Amino acid sequence: MNSIEIKKLSLNFGEVVVLKDLNLTIEKGEFLVLLGASGCGKSTLLNCVAGLLDVTDGQIFINGQNVTWLEPSQRGIGMVFQSYALYPQMTVKGNLSFSLKNAKLSKDEIEKRVQNASEILQIEDLLKRKPAALSGGQRQRVAIGRALVRDVEVFLFDEPLSNLDAKLRTDLRVEIKRLHQKLDNTMIYVTHDQIEAMTLANRIAIMRDGLILQLDNPKTIYNFPVNKYVAEFIGSPGMNFLKGAILPNDKPTFKLDGGWCESPDLSNYMFYEPIKTETQAWLGIRPENVVFGDDAKNMPVKFSLEVEVVEPMGANTLVWSKMGGQEFRFMVDGNTTLSIGERVTVGFDPVHSSVFDLDSEDRL
Amino acid sequence: MPNLSLTQNHEDPRGPKPRKILSRRNIILYGTLIFVAIYYLIPLYVMIVTSLKGMPEIRLGNIFSPPIEVTFEPWVKAWAQACTGLNCDGLSRGFWNSVKITIPSVFVSIAIASINGYALANWRFKGANLFFTILIFGAFIPYQIMIYPLVILLRDLGLYTKLPGLIIIHTIFGMPILTLLFRNYFTTIPEELFKAARVDGAGFWGIYFRVMMPMSLPIFAVAIVLQVTGIWNDFLFGVIYTKPANYPMTVQLNNIVNSVQGVKEYNVNMAATLLTGLVPLAIYFISGKLFVRGIAAGAVKG
Repeated sequence: MNSIEIKKLSLNFGEVVVLKDLNLTIEKGEFLVLLGASGCGKSTLLNCVAGLLDVTDGQIFINGQNVTWLEPSQRGIGMVFQSYALYPQMTVKGNLSFSLKNAKLSKDEIEKRVQNASEILQIEDLLKRKPAALSGGQRQRVAIGRALVRDVEVFLFDEPLSNLDAKLRTDLRVEIKRLHQKLDNTMIYVTHDQIEAMTLANRIAIMRDGLILQLDNPKTIYNFPVNKYVAEFIGSPGMNFLKGAILPNDKPTFKLDGGWCESPDLSNYMFYEPIKTETQAWLGIRPENVVFGDDAKNMPVKFSLEVEVVEPMGANTLVWSKMGGQEFRFMVDGNTTLSIGERVTVGFDPVHSSVFDLDSEDRL
Repeated sequence: MPNLSLTQNHEDPRGPKPRKILSRRNIILYGTLIFVAIYYLIPLYVMIVTSLKGMPEIRLGNIFSPPIEVTFEPWVKAWAQACTGLNCDGLSRGFWNSVKITIPSVFVSIAIASINGYALANWRFKGANLFFTILIFGAFIPYQIMIYPLVILLRDLGLYTKLPGLIIIHTIFGMPILTLLFRNYFTTIPEELFKAARVDGAGFWGIYFRVMMPMSLPIFAVAIVLQVTGIWNDFLFGVIYTKPANYPMTVQLNNIVNSVQGVKEYNVNMAATLLTGLVPLAIYFISGKLFVRGIAAGAVKG
């Protein structure tokens, strides 16, 4: 059953078109992440689902009910904000019970639900404190608790971890995932952090300029990005892009701009359609898919490079170099010692690469 | 040796840099400030000492000398016996009139203006900007233009010369600046808080009373200070829109001080003036910081 259905949603702010003819269906219990750079319309979309913004056109259904004209509180949603948005003059308990009091629930019921939510989030000891006396992580927990007590079908998260420091962010990320596994609610999660998206989502919707570019599970988005923008956005460190042309011989090969000793054979790359004419293109390969040293010898594509910069990251080391004048990075094991200026052999399998048209930047 | 210059000096610079107390800079700075403060406080000093002297002592003409014999009689007279026209019950009547004018005016004007500001800041309804512009425009129209039309308006409402009429006038004239004050303050409250309250099912009034108002106590304090001092000190509206029985303290003070009959009782006049100024003075002392903040919030931020 579908939990949320967005049909032909449009939203304009005056002349500015923020969302255009957007369709999106989210299944019950699904964790959907809206991912995109700032200004792509992801938060706007979330606010539309929450009912905090009036839509220009289109419909929103939650649990089969058309909620397009309903108030936020009537939609059966709970929302968690980036800045926590806790009521500073109320205690944690006051914050948690505010919505329940507004809904005129009985005292016993309020007590029960607050107790239940605070147990799940382990904030029982904090109930009497004011938000000012809480740490960032505790505040965000209370903010999640405020959505939790409402006992709603759908959770909306608007960049909930962006205000936290890196360590806390990873901790709370896991907690949100646990929470989802426990409650099995539908969750929509807005973020610009691709790692959050990859780790949390059942499906990721990558947005740009109010459009969803790709909507798929994290694995597919990582391995088969539909265009260069998605490929750039997902993955850290980012994908390498080599500019060149696809030559349609009996085996398709890639000719690098600026020369390459041999033209790599792309015959095991899955093109959408066979290449019939010479096509200008980007060859994208992730740094982590490039192998180095002895392993490279068995790769269909191999070449030698000069090491320019080495960035040790602990488990791995990122190596920067140039290939025919174009930037090329690859990942090696953290224990490898490389010196600047050293020539090394690297290689990759085109099956792990992505080829994009030079002009449209769409996957070929 | 890389730090040769340092080792040559026997006392290496360390910790805070020593400063001379009687430097030229300090003398000029504090000298100027003290001079200006004295210059500014002399009138107040003269008023206080004069109000504590008897008339014979005043006639000696030493206005700066402290009283030889301290007497509180002028204060008592100013409060309870000074005459304006036929009434000789002192300033007390004016004081209670002012209380009766100030309290409801402050309350009503702040209640309306804060709701205005809240609606304008948080509920972006159609035409909100137009309403706001009109309201702010009101702040720039000279009072004199509106005096006579308002006299007619109050007369037709049957409120001319009555206290409720004056309360309406104060509420109207307080509206632009107070609305601006509240709107500017409410826009600084994070929007997400407002959104969270809507998701939590609070309505227009629920959000106002349970979320916005408890968070805005400082600005309410500022508005109270502004309004209490402004309305208490008002003379123009008091003299125009009321009759002698309802005159506020300021108008009555003027009538006592400016009466042309009999002997000029300087000590009583000074005492009466100080009495009238006591309320705003107390407010300034209690809420000095808030008052400055109010001026800054209302005037500078657009």
